[in-house]
Amino acid sequence: MGALPPPAEEALRRALVCEFTVVRPDGRPVTHPMIPIYDGERIYLHSSILFSKKVAHVKANPRVSVAVTDLSATHGEPLKDRVTVQGDAVVREDDPHTTWERILPLWIEKEPIVESFYKQRVALPLFWERSLIEITPRRVLVWTGGRTDRPPAVHELSEVT
Amino acid sequence: MAIDASVLREIEEGFAHAVVVFLGRDGYPVGVAADFRVDVDRGVLTLVPPTGEEVAPPEGAEVNVIVSHIRPQEIGYDERRYVQLWGRLRRTRSGLELAPVRHHTWDERKVPFFQYSEQTVPQAHRYLEELGRQRGRPVRPRLSFGWLALRTTRAPFLTATVVPILLGVAVAAREGRWSFFLAALTLLAGSLVHLGLNVANDVFDTRSGADAANVTPTQFSGGSRVAHYGLVRLRTLALLSAGFYLAGVGIGLYLAARTDFWPLFWLGAAGVAISVFYTAPPFRLVHRGVGELAVALGFGPIMLLGAYLVQAERFSFEAIYLSIPVAILISLVLYVNEIPDRAGDAAAGKRTLPVRWSRDAVIRAYVWAAGLAFATIAVGAVSGLLPRPTLLALATIPLAVNVGRALRRDYDDPYALMFSAMGTNIKLHLYTGLLLFAGYLIAVGADRFLTDPPAFLR
Repeated sequence: MGALPPPAEEALRRALVCEFTVVRPDGRPVTHPMIPIYDGERIYLHSSILFSKKVAHVKANPRVSVAVTDLSATHGEPLKDRVTVQGDAVVREDDPHTTWERILPLWIEKEPIVESFYKQRVALPLFWERSLIEITPRRVLVWTGGRTDRPPAVHELSEVT
Repeated sequence: MAIDASVLREIEEGFAHAVVVFLGRDGYPVGVAADFRVDVDRGVLTLVPPTGEEVAPPEGAEVNVIVSHIRPQEIGYDERRYVQLWGRLRRTRSGLELAPVRHHTWDERKVPFFQYSEQTVPQAHRYLEELGRQRGRPVRPRLSFGWLALRTTRAPFLTATVVPILLGVAVAAREGRWSFFLAALTLLAGSLVHLGLNVANDVFDTRSGADAANVTPTQFSGGSRVAHYGLVRLRTLALLSAGFYLAGVGIGLYLAARTDFWPLFWLGAAGVAISVFYTAPPFRLVHRGVGELAVALGFGPIMLLGAYLVQAERFSFEAIYLSIPVAILISLVLYVNEIPDRAGDAAAGKRTLPVRWSRDAVIRAYVWAAGLAFATIAVGAVSGLLPRPTLLALATIPLAVNVGRALRRDYDDPYALMFSAMGTNIKLHLYTGLLLFAGYLIAVGADRFLTDPPAFLR
């Protein structure tokens, strides 16, 4: 049993893509398709320094959301529910060369080809200099059956330690 | 209409649902899926409003709408594409209407991921510079020493040096003159000069802006890019190049001193000068459309004849003749590798042949040049100028045919070209060279072990 309601855990564990939203300094939301990774407690996203604007935005404003909306973007059966998780993000990049590597096994589970790319990191070196975005969930919205014509179930979460 | 109609058409045809994102009252973003339809003529997207107060997008405030698509695959996924839209929502009878005022889009079918990654290299540098400012010390990208050394020197391209030197030694060996020690030293000197050339090439391409202008480098083209990526400082590269040249020239002088000196000295000096001025000012041979000729001379007659001179201490017409197909095939390696670089090269003022010529002319020239290389081998072997077993090298003709076909098919797709043509073209030079060498070995062996070897072995 993890920190999130079961439909959210299911979605985050299996989804190959999510919509990750950050807030720009001018207050506008910006959304990026990314691979969500969930370790049973926190949500992780990771970004190469090549595509680092979102990371800079997170540092300026840690309030973010992760939405899993594409029910068919999985390996296997489609997802049942749509979810959006709001939370506070922290950027982990003590060493952009290695800090993110702790989520590599979970990334490879969703994208097996990454294992061979990683072994040949010489081919695209800047891609492997990465920032890890660690999200502590605060609120979860669940649309059962993926139906957004009905109000979502709202789960307020207690502090994750 | 604020954004191009083609973007709205793409959205209409390529995506199943949208996600509308706005800021909630507590400052957290809210993202919610919504069905949509597109009215291209009016330039609007109409979204089905999600139900529930918590997820009701605000009218009048700017929202972000994203449509994205992937196709799951066993290895991960492909067909990545997305469109981000920004604008204000207006409630109408049919739903929430968005008249987007800005957009950003990426579709990997149009801009392959590797190209997209090259386009964003400046952003990566800005990010690391900012990180360095925050930490009070520079933050630089890294590679392990082995990978960095391999990338910086582009050592796998040393096959271009190995082939002519082996053949020069083989011609001398057929005349009964050869020394393993001198052959090894020749190979070392040639390799060092070649590595010096590779690194110098990167120094000048970085300084001229050619590396930055080229956003479609491949495994075989576009240089090492270690300075462009910030992995190695330009000064370090310049010193490394100078070190390689000095070591190579030093060994070359030693070899010259063991022979009549001046013939090998002038040949070596010509080789070093061509390699330095290949990209270095004031000549910058590759910028003037003679880079292919320079490479042909350097990695053809100069290296092959030089290796022969070290062993035999005289000139040889056979060695010069044998260097012709080698020279043609190595210049074709450069020539094909220049095809994906042509836009960046043109922007940086490098007037290579693929920059100057049309697609058809480039392909036609490839076919004729490869044909000439094989014709030279065939005529040489049949006439007896070259040992007849060198006819073995004609076995690589199918590789040349494959490259010609691939050029016709993938000329404008750098990454398809990398897989279909560039690697095969490098193999064409290497395998042809090795088969020529094998032909010489057979002839040398036949001379040595048979009292009267048959004509086809001589």
